[in-house]
Amino acid sequence: MGDILVLAEHRQGELREVTLELLTLAGQLGGNVVALLLGSGVDDFAGKIAGYADKVLVVDDPMFANFNGMAYQAALAEIIKSEKPGLVLIGNTGQGMDVIGALAVELGLPFTTDAVAVKMEGDKPEVTRQYYGGKIDGTIDFKDADTYIVGMREAAIPAGEGGKSGEVAKIDNPVTSEITARKFLEYVEAAIGDVDITQSTLLVSVGRGIREDKNMPMMEELAGLMGADISGSRAVVDAGWLPTDRQVGISGKTVKPKLYLALGISGAFQHVTGMKGSDLVVAINKDPDAPIFQYADYGIVDDLLKVVPALIDKLKEMKG
Amino acid sequence: MNIVVCVKQVPDTSDPDTEVHIDGTGRGVDQSKFSFVINDADNYAVEEAILLKEKHGGEVTVVNIGPEAANQVIRMALAKGGDAAIRLDDEKFAFSDVLATARLLQSAVKDGGFDLIMAGCLASDDGYGAVGVTLAQLLGLPHAAMVKTVEVIDDKKLKVGRELEGGLLEMNEIEMPCVLTIQTGGNEPRYASFKGIREASKKEIKVMDLGATGLAEDQVGEAGSCAIMAQYSVPEVGELAEILEGDPGTTSARLAEILKEKGLV
Repeated sequence: MGDILVLAEHRQGELREVTLELLTLAGQLGGNVVALLLGSGVDDFAGKIAGYADKVLVVDDPMFANFNGMAYQAALAEIIKSEKPGLVLIGNTGQGMDVIGALAVELGLPFTTDAVAVKMEGDKPEVTRQYYGGKIDGTIDFKDADTYIVGMREAAIPAGEGGKSGEVAKIDNPVTSEITARKFLEYVEAAIGDVDITQSTLLVSVGRGIREDKNMPMMEELAGLMGADISGSRAVVDAGWLPTDRQVGISGKTVKPKLYLALGISGAFQHVTGMKGSDLVVAINKDPDAPIFQYADYGIVDDLLKVVPALIDKLKEMKG
Repeated sequence: MNIVVCVKQVPDTSDPDTEVHIDGTGRGVDQSKFSFVINDADNYAVEEAILLKEKHGGEVTVVNIGPEAANQVIRMALAKGGDAAIRLDDEKFAFSDVLATARLLQSAVKDGGFDLIMAGCLASDDGYGAVGVTLAQLLGLPHAAMVKTVEVIDDKKLKVGRELEGGLLEMNEIEMPCVLTIQTGGNEPRYASFKGIREASKKEIKVMDLGATGLAEDQVGEAGSCAIMAQYSVPEVGELAEILEGDPGTTSARLAEILKEKGLV
């Protein structure tokens, strides 16, 4: 099989964990692992990545000080043409999703996104994806090509320990003219509210299953009795029932409380990624097939609007 | 500003009663019990398009790939403020992957002289999150994905905020015409008014079949795809939670005991 080219991902001076996950996966697939690092002043990252790769290609140029999907696309296109890898792995992240489809069309290469597992069948990747909110899996059949592009889900596989010591090779920036159609301006940090849920010991976390805004006071009463903070899923934040800083998941916060009580949360991977490190997870959901039950220690399959009032009564009794 | 907004009709998987069963072919699911809705992110894209139109003028064209039943989501977008609609519908479009889907959308919008093309950043059913960015390259236009905020700088440029992991916004300036994929949560999708719904029912939905797209048969559907979903399977499920059985009185009492035993209450 050909080389596997892995795109390194970094942001605000930090190498993102997905880079090491992708490199670990590439190492497991066999073949030569080539990491591509686009950045400016990124020697530290190159050193770390070298522990997971057979070769690290570094383009060190102010153009890549911050991410610009179109500049990344231009650089990747040239480097894929010259390196001719058999497989390109890119994180299916806020950065990767901004590049993959356009890059594949530019090069005329087959591609897929949000893979949760990749195996090699000869020279061809066999990719597993999830459909319908993770309720079923599907395998991807690629058209024959010399190179395939796969967007890999973040946190789908753990990063290993590395154990390689690849050479670091600086190469010239293949993008010779500035990208003018799109320019990076700045980062705007998410708002910080009164409670930092990443520090909470107990979380009562609500999802779409609470159905209506007017059910929030009941959840707040429960949280108050338990001395817990309230957090929620993206759906609840999008609906405006909770402020953005209470959102748990990939686009929100990663929490590790002693208790995570998930009320009406289905457990989409975007959410689970942010809470699976909790000590004890209890889920209440009407849907017995909800993925959240795969991550919970205890579950109640029932209407939370019936269980929560009963639980409030029980807790009041216990407190006397 | 003339805007295209791409909308997809999807099964309402947020409904706990929606069960997903693989059909006999292994490449489809039993849709007979599904209720269908507009894809969540597309709903935010529709709202963003209408907000821009209200502020800066122009027209909003709604584009969909789907059967006649998808008229429901198209009409709702028209009722909220859309002006025109195109629906791409041909049995030869079945099994289109991201690339073939983007090609179909390209055929519908390439000659429209649009300033801005928007789509939801992710569909809740198949979750590729790639059609908009793929479409941009086919059209030769700049793009930005996962956009949560859109601001008009002047008639040639937009300032957009892309939402990254952790909720960080990456602000970009982008030239029009361009393609944006819209993330949920950046606006408050409105409800259609009765007047809007009445007016929308009279608006024409232009239907394009394969012939109307100008595409060859091997550019669409399975033949035109580079990466098709070949086989559905039931996922291996890890160890499930211990389910507490009984009526709410029983389950809540048991849960309260467990929390007490563990020193959590």
